[in-house]
Amino acid sequence: MTKEKFLEKFLLFIALSSISILALIAFFIFEQGLPLIWKKGLASFLLGERWYPSQGSFGILPMVVGSFWVTFGSLIVGVPLGVACAVFLCELTPPLVSMVFRPAIQLLAAIPSVIYGFWGLIVLVPLIRDHLGGPGLSILAGSLVLGIMILPTIISISEDSLRALPRSFKEGALSLGATHWQTIWKVLLPAARSGIVASVILGMGRAIGETMAMIMILGNAVQMPHSILHSARTLTTNIGIEMGYATGDHQQALFATGVVLFFIIMGLNSLALIISGRRRS
Amino acid sequence: MVGSTSVQPFAEILAEEYMAHHSGKKIYVQGGGSSAGIQAVRTGAAHIGMSSRRLMGNEENLIDVLIAYDAIAVIVHPKNPLTNLSREQIRQIFSGKVTNWQGVGGWNKAITLVTREEGSGTREAFQNLLMGKTEISLGALVQDSNGAIRQVVKDDPKAIGYISLGLVNDQVKSLAIDGIEANIENINHGRYKIVRPFLFVFTKEPGGLAKSFLDFVLSPDGQKLLVQEGLVAAKGMRR
Repeated sequence: MTKEKFLEKFLLFIALSSISILALIAFFIFEQGLPLIWKKGLASFLLGERWYPSQGSFGILPMVVGSFWVTFGSLIVGVPLGVACAVFLCELTPPLVSMVFRPAIQLLAAIPSVIYGFWGLIVLVPLIRDHLGGPGLSILAGSLVLGIMILPTIISISEDSLRALPRSFKEGALSLGATHWQTIWKVLLPAARSGIVASVILGMGRAIGETMAMIMILGNAVQMPHSILHSARTLTTNIGIEMGYATGDHQQALFATGVVLFFIIMGLNSLALIISGRRRS
Repeated sequence: MVGSTSVQPFAEILAEEYMAHHSGKKIYVQGGGSSAGIQAVRTGAAHIGMSSRRLMGNEENLIDVLIAYDAIAVIVHPKNPLTNLSREQIRQIFSGKVTNWQGVGGWNKAITLVTREEGSGTREAFQNLLMGKTEISLGALVQDSNGAIRQVVKDDPKAIGYISLGLVNDQVKSLAIDGIEANIENINHGRYKIVRPFLFVFTKEPGGLAKSFLDFVLSPDGQKLLVQEGLVAAKGMRR
């Protein structure tokens, strides 16, 4: 075997082993989680509202709903801020300013989530409790913190897709007499739409998967949320908060929660791939 | 040794201390729950079982040694004017039937309920000793440690929660239950009843390493360690 052939095989082996780790993780989640879903019935697991594992009630609907409330809340906070920031970096700042801004935003992604959670717990939660009422540990607090956490994802991908647009778009619009603002609003943003949507979906994936910060600030009550001042539990925090002492069916139910999460994240990621793929073709 | 996840952290501390003084001896501590621990001793899978509840009917042929007591205190914010609740009132609050402090003779504020997560030994004990058949409301905030519950109660004047008595400090206020305050004296006299025993369980009179470790746990040094960690000392008596 030539050296080149050997290296090729070696790289293939490395690549396969990282994929097989993913496959192994998926296998174990399903192997542990599916029997419980099978035993309790998919409908009563997904649509049940009572979560009392010690009595054999495993309904995760409040957590599915909680996950979506918090995630959409974070998008309401993060998307306008993120897209505006991308436009600002791309179109409105002198290069020197964006040279300072961009690393600062990258730094947001490097802060561990437990720090975000701690900040939310110490700063946001008391503010909400004292001024808006409720326990403070709430969907509102969670959404605000998550909204900030997904900013780096949304900003960097949106900015990339704005920068990838041909120069002729901008030059054409300006030469037809459009103002800079009209060019941004009517030409550049619509043209970069698919990239921006992909960034939002990836941000959503990040938001739905966040655990540590959410355990600290959501309050983790297993109830159907009726207000953004209520506490909620997400799918990930359900696993995170109860895995310590869970055994038997309870432990399997947590793996089953992971199965549901797995499908949601797979769905979101495929959606992002399809949308960003459409842009390229 | 195998058993209760409530006893486990204390057993680990004891085992560490013991092994530090007896080089070459090894003690392995595992969780799994009180019932699992008792089962493990029966089948011979473990030398010592750890239990945070008394032995029941068909388990009474085993030998149990009390190593300490753990009391559970119901806590509120220090500014809360209430000092006492009856068992019935606590059940009504934690089941979500009473949602305003006025309902139990307190100030006019909504109640923020705080509880431990499912599977926690403290929750199980609170359920068994106080709630009985009544379920804890699903609307309660859930925190995954005694410390986190204390933090929430300390920050929120409307909150009520429960933690190990040893972890109550001046940031929170423990309530008297049926007029009996949660303190060491009332526990020792058997007046404060929200107490669970921490037991070591054996199939026969312990010998060898198990005996040597048990003697250490019941010695003044071992008991002092447990009291430092927030438990109430057993008097070393065999029941």
